[in-house]
Amino acid sequence: MADGASGALRRTLNLARPDEVYNAIVDAHRNLDDEQCRAFDAGLILLLVNHVGDADVIREALAAARLSLNGGSRAS
Amino acid sequence: MSSYQYRHYPYRRPPELDGKGKRRQVVIVGAGLAGPTLALALAARGVASVLLDEDDTVSNGSRSICQAKHSLEIWDRFGIARRMVDKGITWEQGEVYLQDRPIYHFNLAPEPGHKFPAFVNLQQYYVEEYLFDRCLEEKLIDLRFCNKVVGIRPGPESVSLDIETPDGRYALEAEWLVACDGVRSAVRHLLDLPFPGEVFHDQFLIADIRFTSELPKERRFWFYPPFHPTNSVLLHRQADNVLRVDFQLGRDADPEEEKKPENVDRRLRQMFGPDATWEHEWTSVYTFTCRMMERFAEGRVIFAGDAAHVVSPFGARGGNAAVADVDNLAWKLARVLAGSSPASLLDSYCSERRAAARENILNSTRSTDFITPKFPASRAFRDATLALARDFPFARTLVNSGRLSVPTVQPGSPLDTPDGDSDWLRGPAPGSAMVDAPVVNGAGGFLVDHVGQEFTLMSFAPRAADLPGLPEGVAGLMVARGSAAPAGWTALHDRDGLLRQRYDGRAGTAYLIRPDRYVAARWRRPDARELATALRRATGHG
Ligand SMILES: Cc1cc2nc3c(=O)[nH]c(=O)nc-3n(C[C@H](O)[C@H](O)[C@H](O)COP(=O)(O)OP(=O)(O)OC[C@H]3O[C@@H](n4cnc5c(N)ncnc54)[C@H](O)[C@@H]3O)c2cc1C
Repeated sequence: MADGASGALRRTLNLARPDEVYNAIVDAHRNLDDEQCRAFDAGLILLLVNHVGDADVIREALAAARLSLNGGSRAS
Repeated sequence: MSSYQYRHYPYRRPPELDGKGKRRQVVIVGAGLAGPTLALALAARGVASVLLDEDDTVSNGSRSICQAKHSLEIWDRFGIARRMVDKGITWEQGEVYLQDRPIYHFNLAPEPGHKFPAFVNLQQYYVEEYLFDRCLEEKLIDLRFCNKVVGIRPGPESVSLDIETPDGRYALEAEWLVACDGVRSAVRHLLDLPFPGEVFHDQFLIADIRFTSELPKERRFWFYPPFHPTNSVLLHRQADNVLRVDFQLGRDADPEEEKKPENVDRRLRQMFGPDATWEHEWTSVYTFTCRMMERFAEGRVIFAGDAAHVVSPFGARGGNAAVADVDNLAWKLARVLAGSSPASLLDSYCSERRAAARENILNSTRSTDFITPKFPASRAFRDATLALARDFPFARTLVNSGRLSVPTVQPGSPLDTPDGDSDWLRGPAPGSAMVDAPVVNGAGGFLVDHVGQEFTLMSFAPRAADLPGLPEGVAGLMVARGSAAPAGWTALHDRDGLLRQRYDGRAGTAYLIRPDRYVAARWRRPDARELATALRRATGHG
């Protein structure tokens, strides 16, 4: 298991049409410059974080996203 | 420039200069907000003190303006809170704007039935004036103006001070020295004690102006308003039709340029429009730091207020924390001096008030980071929060323009007894400040009027037979219908049922309240042994 994975964050698929959702996110950023992307993402994160509402899940997601910055965990 | 008439209080030649000195129990350095409050709280317990200040007048310029409910409750014991409420501006509501539109309205006092409002805005010089007036009436307080501390020699049994006056230098010996000498504390410097923390570089311009037209009562905060589009602005009303306008200037502004009256007026004109008229009271450019001493006491030297910790002004926590510090300290110091508690009781002053300072610094740093984001992503989240706040209620709560001062919680203090019963639905848990409510005892009144200088046991008891035995030295409050109460107890009638509600009071429920109005312990039905144990703990014998 990756570091800090205590199990609150879902690791398996939770989307009925994953490709659709994924592309919707990417498409929403089309034609935005970097600064607009950052603003857009910040708003999106806040909306979703409030919807999730579970501080443990959010903390775990923060750690997992951090790990993904370095290409993800090697020792899994 | 100021419409406030600064009084010059009389300097008197100290008797020590003529060889008539004697060792004092308590010497307090600094007559700002903390020092006089401490002197009065000690005097109320029969403890004499010498209170030294380097100058002969009150705070120069209005620094602190928002005096919190908890501070007013403390000052009320000296009979000066009413004066402050009458003179000041009571406010509980605030409005936050993004550009020119309101996005968030808050009310800090959602429930009625408290003696004091959430905040009264009153200039620091008035607060100090009222404190000085009371100190000067008080025989147990020896208030010495133009007495500047310039040297200190701490010893195991006492502390010796060198003090400079217009008539020369003298030495004064104290059993306990309390340094309330502000953020640049001379005592801290003389003892070479560190004051670690964080320095912030954003600059703010304060313009206190006297206005003639109708003024808003609320606190208003703007992000990116049309009259100051790059930054934030805070507007507060004070007594005498004075407004405080606080412009965030950023890091690179030139403070001397910004302070020029024509430049201040240009900003104000944009803000208030062509017809407004005002006069300047006080202008200042400030930056701030968040710092805290590693220990609030070194031997017989104790630090309180800004001398021990400083925060940013967002949240009005500096002065209010200074007052809470000395309220926490006064009863403990009085007990140690009287020999009824060991000196180790003072350790709890340090641990409790350091926890409070940490909480205050955390809150004020979060507000600071929201108001002045330090890196691009921080700004992106801040701006996204503001943009969402119009349409999404959750985002309004995230808008942090200052989380305003409320009594800090002191969980896990060695003085407090954790809950043994687990069925509490409400009510202040041990480590929390007591909550006010209206009560009737002959005349009308409030619970805060009945919690005095010593420990209080408040018991919800329909009949006297339900009361626990009252430990010695504890004042009893019996919450009941009638006015008859056994010896040692005062009967309070819970007129509106709010006491029962706010304390989750049922027959037999009892709260042990400390002299600083924090809850030390509570029970559904305490027995004599439980009460005695909790009281021993709360007085440092535990
Ligand atoms: C712009 C601004 C706005 C603020 N707004 C608020 C607010 O709304 N609400 C709030 O609660 N707080 C506010 N504060 C903070 C508040 O002003 C301070 O926290 C408060 O004054 C601290 O009180 P104190 O008694 O610890 O220190 P001070 O009030 O600074 O008093 C220290 C005293 O010590 C004396 N002294 C210093 N050295 C010596 C010496 N060597 N010998 C003898 N005497 C000495 C000084 O003359 C002074 O009187 C604000 C501060 C600023 C700058």
